Amino acid sequence: MKDQLKRWGAVFILPTLIAFAISFLVPFVMGIYLSFTDFTTVTNATFVGADNYIKAFTDNSDFLNALWFTVKFTVVSVISINVIAFLLAYLLTGKIKGTNAFRTVFFMPNLIGGIVLGYIWQLIINGILGSFGLDITVDASYGFWGLVVLMNWQMVGYMMIIYIAALQNVPPEMHEVAAIDGANRRQSLRHVILPLVMPAITICTFLTLTNAFKVFDQNYALTGGAPGKETSMLALDIFRTFYGSIGREGVGQAKAVIFFLIVALIALLQMKLSSRFEKDE
Amino acid sequence: MKKISFLFLFLALVCLLCSCSGKEADIYFLNFKPEVASVYDEIARAYEDETGIKLRVTTAASGTYEQTLKSEISKKEAPTIFQINGPKGYAAWKDYCADLSDTALYQHLTDKSSAIRDGDEVYGIPYVVEGYGIIYNKAITDRYFSLQNRATTVESMENIKNFATLKAVVEDMTAHKEELGIDGVFACTSLKAGEDWRWQTHLANLPVYYEFEKNEIDWTVDEDTDRIDFTFNQNFKNIFDLYIQNSTVSPTLLGSYQVADSMAEFATGKCAMVQNGNWAYSQIKEVSGNIVKEEDIAFLPIYTGVENEETQGLCVGTENYLAINKNASEEQRKKAADFLYWLFSSETGKKFVTEKLDFIAPFDTFSADERVSDPLGRSVSDWMAKEGIKQVPWSFTVFPSANFKEDFGSALLRYCQGKMTWEQVVATFKTRWAEEAR
Repeated sequence: MKDQLKRWGAVFILPTLIAFAISFLVPFVMGIYLSFTDFTTVTNATFVGADNYIKAFTDNSDFLNALWFTVKFTVVSVISINVIAFLLAYLLTGKIKGTNAFRTVFFMPNLIGGIVLGYIWQLIINGILGSFGLDITVDASYGFWGLVVLMNWQMVGYMMIIYIAALQNVPPEMHEVAAIDGANRRQSLRHVILPLVMPAITICTFLTLTNAFKVFDQNYALTGGAPGKETSMLALDIFRTFYGSIGREGVGQAKAVIFFLIVALIALLQMKLSSRFEKDE
Repeated sequence: MKKISFLFLFLALVCLLCSCSGKEADIYFLNFKPEVASVYDEIARAYEDETGIKLRVTTAASGTYEQTLKSEISKKEAPTIFQINGPKGYAAWKDYCADLSDTALYQHLTDKSSAIRDGDEVYGIPYVVEGYGIIYNKAITDRYFSLQNRATTVESMENIKNFATLKAVVEDMTAHKEELGIDGVFACTSLKAGEDWRWQTHLANLPVYYEFEKNEIDWTVDEDTDRIDFTFNQNFKNIFDLYIQNSTVSPTLLGSYQVADSMAEFATGKCAMVQNGNWAYSQIKEVSGNIVKEEDIAFLPIYTGVENEETQGLCVGTENYLAINKNASEEQRKKAADFLYWLFSSETGKKFVTEKLDFIAPFDTFSADERVSDPLGRSVSDWMAKEGIKQVPWSFTVFPSANFKEDFGSALLRYCQGKMTWEQVVATFKTRWAEEAR
């Protein structure tokens, strides 16, 4: 059996491997290569060394501004999404009528595309601000909080489902034992439930962190970076550089590579940290 | 069971292969103008009927032409005919533009100097002349001119020949807006991101053109255009302030308005004037609740208060140049050139051009009576034929990049919201131009 596997294993892996190579590996390697070149289309590149990477920071401060805005946005939305999702999950695993209906309702925004959500929220926010003679482009903080609200609305349902699954996996005996030992609700939440759902928290922070960092369509549709480029996030800035300036495709590509490195780094760090945390608990 | 599943697998494979090897088109035309996408489908059918040559037309969604072109042209079946938008576009697509100086279409181009050239070679042929200015609704302006208590002595739109007169009339119209039944003289100055090209590109053309003219810069060959002083910024401010202060919408709210909103306001008679080009007629026509009569629509030049502007006409030019892909096979290139010549010279083709595409085509294959049928197109031709009037060419084809335009547009919005002073707007214009033109 093992021999057979060894002999034929490669053949069975092949289709997936080819698909993976075509749709992921090749574009990825090409992307890195292109970031060191000057090009209009992917077929007419000329090598220019690290020039693009220097230009990404020296052309103007757009990239750094976008990076800072993205970091702020990520921190705020990771915290808010996880707190709200956990609270909802906690409520909806309790003894409330119609929990299924609620779960469905909260999950639904996740099924709508980012562009559509962006435009819908733009209408809502402008509708409200309009009665004060303002709109979302007047101040960058409107765009920022608009994005946070939008992101929460979209992601909370999904994270809630993960938390619900985790909460339901906490054995009922544990609750009983805690109750018999005289733990109140808060104590049992802190010392019984939280440690047991730690893996779910890891997954959820990971998902929200990377998703918040990579936001594009919501940003594009809701503010488009307005006012100026103050609410431009990294992905939008890369897109703008690539398509908006003549002869800056390479710079856009270089920014994209930096972007990838940042996301990869955060993800790795975060995985390390929380897996250690899980073991400790 | 096993056999059946194999059969399915086999069938699926066959289907996949079939779909890959569908009949290839002889010519692939990547169209820039979404508003006439369906007309090109008809043209493709007509051309196939007449010549048997298959034409495939793909249209890029509004504002995404460069993106679409970028991805399409690196494919194996790349577009044979595509468009560049002027000297800047040529600079970006140099490697893909074939020499067109021997094509029949170029031989029939009325003004050979309007083509995009590099040395003796020709790389882009303009195929449509367009004009823009201030579109006005004669019904409303006439109502104003018939008012007894108006403060100006101007008798008709023909008497407005400079900015001072325009300003006096517009401001007096605003004072009488209830009697005229309008919400404002000008339609909203749409400044939503992506909807602000009428200001950051078209309106900005005037000061930039006058600056080039003053410094004697030949911008058509992309010379010395990497910096700008925005000398005529006060002229831009003149007309821009007039637009936003006599409008249907308060200046602070302009960030959420689109071009379509402006055109709808004009079409439903809520305002008397709107800055746009002859391409906007189809948009005006299609607004539901449209009450503007065809014979009431005409153009007024955009006066900004420069010296001797009495002789200034509309802004007339093009940013639509046809280019043929150098990397296509020789046979394909020939077919492409033949098709273009057919479109602008054969009876069938010309009919499409004047009646369906509504292009004012700059070729001598069109006789004087083969003119576009829409009122704005006719108004452009009328202005072009006027004695002693000089049209303003489209110098915005050398604006450095889309990012420059976007940033200038958002600076204008900040100015409307009172978050930026005019000096800051001017500074943005200059620095962003310099940065992007490098």
